[in-house]
Amino acid sequence: MYETKYHKASSVADAVSLIGESDDGKLLSGGQTLLPTMKARLAAPSDLVDISGIANMHGIKVSGSTVTIGAATTHAEVARNADLQAACGSVACLAAGIGDAAVRHLGTIGGSVANNDPAADYPAALLALGATITTNTREIAAGDFFVGLFETALSDDEVIVSVSFDAPSKAAYAKFPNPASRYAMVGVFAAQTANGARVAVTGAGSDGVYRQSDMEAALDSDWAASALAGVQVGSEGLLSDMHADAVYRANLVKVMAGRAVAGCA
Amino acid sequence: MTEGIGARVLRKEDKRFLMGKGRYTDDIVEPNQAYAAFVRSPHAHAEVKGIDASAAEAMDGVVAVLNGEQLTGDGIGNIICGWGVTQKDGSGMNMGAWSALATSKVRYVGDAVAVVIADSIEQARNAAEAVEVDYKILPAVAQSMKALTNDAPEIHDNAPGNVVFDWEIGDLAPTDAALAGAAYITEMDITNNRLAPNPMEPRSAVATYNDAEEHYTLYTTSQNPHVARLVLSAFYQVAPEHKLRVIAPDVGGGFGSKIYIYPEEITCLWASMKTNRSVKWTSDRTEAFLTDAHGRDHVSTAKIGFDKDHKIVGLKVNTKANIGAYMSLFSSAVPTYLYATLLSGQYNIANIYCDVQAVYTNTVPVDAYRGAGRPEACFLVERIMETAAREMGVSPVELRRKNFVTSFPHQTPVIMAYDSGDFATNQDQALKAADYDGFEARRTEAASRGKLRGIGFSNYIEACGIAPSAAVGSLGAGVGLWESAEVRVNPVGTIEVLTGSHSHGQGHETTFTQIVAERFGLPTENIQIVHGDTDKVQFGMGTYGSRSGAVGMSAIFKALDKVEAKVKKIAAHVLEASEDDIVIEGGEVKVAGTDKLMGWHEVGLAAYTGHNLPEGMEPGLKETSFYDPTNFTFPAGCYICEVEVDPETGVTDIVQFVASDDFGTIINPMIVEGQVHGGIAQGIGQAMLENVVYDDDAQQLSASYMDYAMPRADDLPNYSVHHASTECPGNPLGMKGCGEAGAIGSPPAVINAITDAIGNNDLSMPATSAKVWAAIQAASAKQAAE
Amino acid sequence: MTEISMTVNGKAVKADVPDNTLLVEYIREHLRLTGTHVGCDTSQCGACVVHVDGKAMKSCTMLAASADGADVTTIEGIADGGLHPMQTAFKENHGLQCGFCTPGMIMTATDMVKRYQADGKELTEDAIRHELEGNICRCTGYHNIVKAITDGASKMTNA
Repeated sequence: MYETKYHKASSVADAVSLIGESDDGKLLSGGQTLLPTMKARLAAPSDLVDISGIANMHGIKVSGSTVTIGAATTHAEVARNADLQAACGSVACLAAGIGDAAVRHLGTIGGSVANNDPAADYPAALLALGATITTNTREIAAGDFFVGLFETALSDDEVIVSVSFDAPSKAAYAKFPNPASRYAMVGVFAAQTANGARVAVTGAGSDGVYRQSDMEAALDSDWAASALAGVQVGSEGLLSDMHADAVYRANLVKVMAGRAVAGCA
Repeated sequence: MTEGIGARVLRKEDKRFLMGKGRYTDDIVEPNQAYAAFVRSPHAHAEVKGIDASAAEAMDGVVAVLNGEQLTGDGIGNIICGWGVTQKDGSGMNMGAWSALATSKVRYVGDAVAVVIADSIEQARNAAEAVEVDYKILPAVAQSMKALTNDAPEIHDNAPGNVVFDWEIGDLAPTDAALAGAAYITEMDITNNRLAPNPMEPRSAVATYNDAEEHYTLYTTSQNPHVARLVLSAFYQVAPEHKLRVIAPDVGGGFGSKIYIYPEEITCLWASMKTNRSVKWTSDRTEAFLTDAHGRDHVSTAKIGFDKDHKIVGLKVNTKANIGAYMSLFSSAVPTYLYATLLSGQYNIANIYCDVQAVYTNTVPVDAYRGAGRPEACFLVERIMETAAREMGVSPVELRRKNFVTSFPHQTPVIMAYDSGDFATNQDQALKAADYDGFEARRTEAASRGKLRGIGFSNYIEACGIAPSAAVGSLGAGVGLWESAEVRVNPVGTIEVLTGSHSHGQGHETTFTQIVAERFGLPTENIQIVHGDTDKVQFGMGTYGSRSGAVGMSAIFKALDKVEAKVKKIAAHVLEASEDDIVIEGGEVKVAGTDKLMGWHEVGLAAYTGHNLPEGMEPGLKETSFYDPTNFTFPAGCYICEVEVDPETGVTDIVQFVASDDFGTIINPMIVEGQVHGGIAQGIGQAMLENVVYDDDAQQLSASYMDYAMPRADDLPNYSVHHASTECPGNPLGMKGCGEAGAIGSPPAVINAITDAIGNNDLSMPATSAKVWAAIQAASAKQAAE
Repeated sequence: MTEISMTVNGKAVKADVPDNTLLVEYIREHLRLTGTHVGCDTSQCGACVVHVDGKAMKSCTMLAASADGADVTTIEGIADGGLHPMQTAFKENHGLQCGFCTPGMIMTATDMVKRYQADGKELTEDAIRHELEGNICRCTGYHNIVKAITDGASKMTNA
């Protein structure tokens, strides 16, 4: 790992000012992606601003149907939160499947969302649920937030404070893990929301997470796995790599979508 | 005897590992220690036009930047291959030179061109990045079949067409004739995928030169420290043998990959002398993928013929073996004498012919990995037997049984003389354990749940206990493959056994103790196994090829014979009895039929005081044996794999895995079962998950656990492990060896099961869910077309 | 350099470390507690698992500075003399061979047992296999590790 300067931010404002003062600083949340990247010498931030200890970035609040999750909340906390399990079990369940137990004890929702790995799980949930990403300066709709592979709408010194969404009436996430990395080779989050059926796909798209509108239309007319039978999923625009070609991924998108819908609670 | 042969004794070595008190190479810190970071080629094939280390040398903490010119200038020799294979035309191998640090040319991604020695590891790594190497990039090739084409780049000047050797075994004309007269023929293309061994402990070396004594010490992750010392001194001229101490402390798994003496160990020793500092290098995981010798990588065509009664008449095989960019220590033996000599499998085959072309490519050198040649042979034989059964419409179980070798000794047409075995009994045991009779009902039940259920078999045989020195010498080996042991009875009666074998997970400290405990009726706590240090232990050959039981323990057994004889002489003298009447049991040395006895410790004390020994006897109680085996041993067995495939995704669940092995005498069943479990896991890994992938530029795409699928707990089943043994007549304990069986026997069982389930035999390893799904699609497309 | 202080295996420790020091480097190189191992570069093998404030974490993927003020337990500190029930279970079930992954396995196993006990959930064989996703063993094929954790969980309950 290259040399870097570590700072522990005490507040969001502190984090913003520390990152602003740095040459080429990066926010450090759980570090479960950033630190391996730095160890591989693929990233060399001049400064690391640790935001994991900022008190008001932690915790999960369910008020009415609105769920708000602090950006520094770990995957393990999301997975085990009783209020969330009651309000929106699908998101807790998704969190329980990220990485492994030790990774979940450190990795955070804000870090995952900000990194926007095309095979990460949270982006599918947030996109399907029409979530709002709240930063120190603004609110960004998930649909505008996830821009492309590892790209988001965030500016360099912007800090995600929380994410929020309305609990759907039904939702589930079905993940098909890559056999090596265990990231999603394909992950489909299906939800019946106030705005209609939503199907978001991660792991498969060559531009990152995306909504599968044909499936949404089919599910709007009939919320059942069988309604997806007639939806054609082409392989164009899907990733091909040594683990799976686009044709197989297209098949998985369809199968996992069906399983998500069937598994909805 | 609760701690003797056959007892499930808990492991003596466990406590230190459980408490975090194991002592692995990277745990060792020498005073004045510096760190090495290698400058490695990012290109698969390139000329090295120049190295500019000036910026690196000026960086903080940098002690030295050393290159290949300096290394060869100091007389450090090229890396050797320890086994010379003779080609079809009688000529030797076309072996290219391999320097620990490349000078004029690099031949694979990861080939080292320089090394930085610095005060800290981060300083060394920073400086390594600052070393500027001027490369002229050359075309590269990663696949053996492509390397053999006319337009392939030539990797070594003295290996035209990239052929290292073109070798054959068996008789061509009779095999062709037999196949021409066969009633049934099955032909197949069979690929054995390339694997990375991945012991969990990465390789590491700590080298220290003492200028006052002109003496070197090397801590290293080795399966065979004496061989390392011999090769480092005799061939690489790093130091004379008596001025070099090699210590392999606790070693975290090897699986073959820690047999070899790699560029890094050589370089660290040399750099320690150059800098007068201790030099430590520890591989990271990606470096391990880029430098640890890989395994397998065969591309074969095979043709088997049967008569009208389904008896095998002949087998003809051609194999292209990818040897990588350089010839590693045993790389030539693996695809020849460790491979083609097992092509007879468990079967009576009168005619076998195999030719093998070993091919240079711009990839990591390929050498022995758990099984080493034998998994490749087993996969080929067991895939083609299963396929032939399907093509002939006969039971794969019956086809195998009909062709089993049933009388021993049995001379195959490919050198090996099987000494013992009862293949039908192992098969029966496995079939019963797997409830084979109930399979069709299970298949039907699975179908009702939308799952495709299949069953696959593998009847493996391997040649272990390597090996009779004269025999391997006549085949080209540069060393003898005996093993040594010294049994030291201390004056107080406790015992130290110094063995040339090396334990890196196999539990020698327990198993070896058990045969001593059995012999003298002593508690295992009074016995200590000493290994892994050339200053402590007499020369030995190390651990690989499932040899530590059959060869290593035989050496201990022979040394125990000598100790026993001397103890009896002393006791007879002291107790005034005849030697023939002395018995040793329960830690006492007695005169049979009397109440006269000596405690075990009293005999020890008598031997060392020397006050009352037989006329002419030397004092002391310490005996050595160098045991040279008389034959290979032939562990064999039957593995059955049952799978359920999800046709929607191609996901395959192994619903049961049954093993019935014949390992000869078993000293500690608990440890043996553990060896089988681990071997099967590696075999399932090869069959379903693991694959080293190179792109067209010979860049390794799978060089971390993000892309190389290591088997995890939830990928694997529980294993149903059984034994039905015949004693090995070739060694005093009747042992055959158990270390590699699981990795050898399991891959064909898995692939035979999956192909049975999906109704498409065209499936290569690793059978990932993506490939299985595609094979299901292909099968349904074919069915639709028909 | 950053000054850090924490409790490791019940003992207060303090040091000035370069900011880019990983927790595992601090534990192994500075404190010379070498039972915690490094087996990969990508946070997957789990040989480095320790407990930080009672939770299993990968010490190769955490800065020492981030652990400032924390209570860290490594394999060397898991038992009060002798062997922890989980360590005993690994021995009795032959749940280790080369020993390299073992410390991480033990630390992961005790963490999972504690979590399942706290949640009142049954630690089934399937659950154990799933929970071991972040720990790679190359020797045992996991069969005996799963048995050991099952046994260790019951030993911890009865301890």
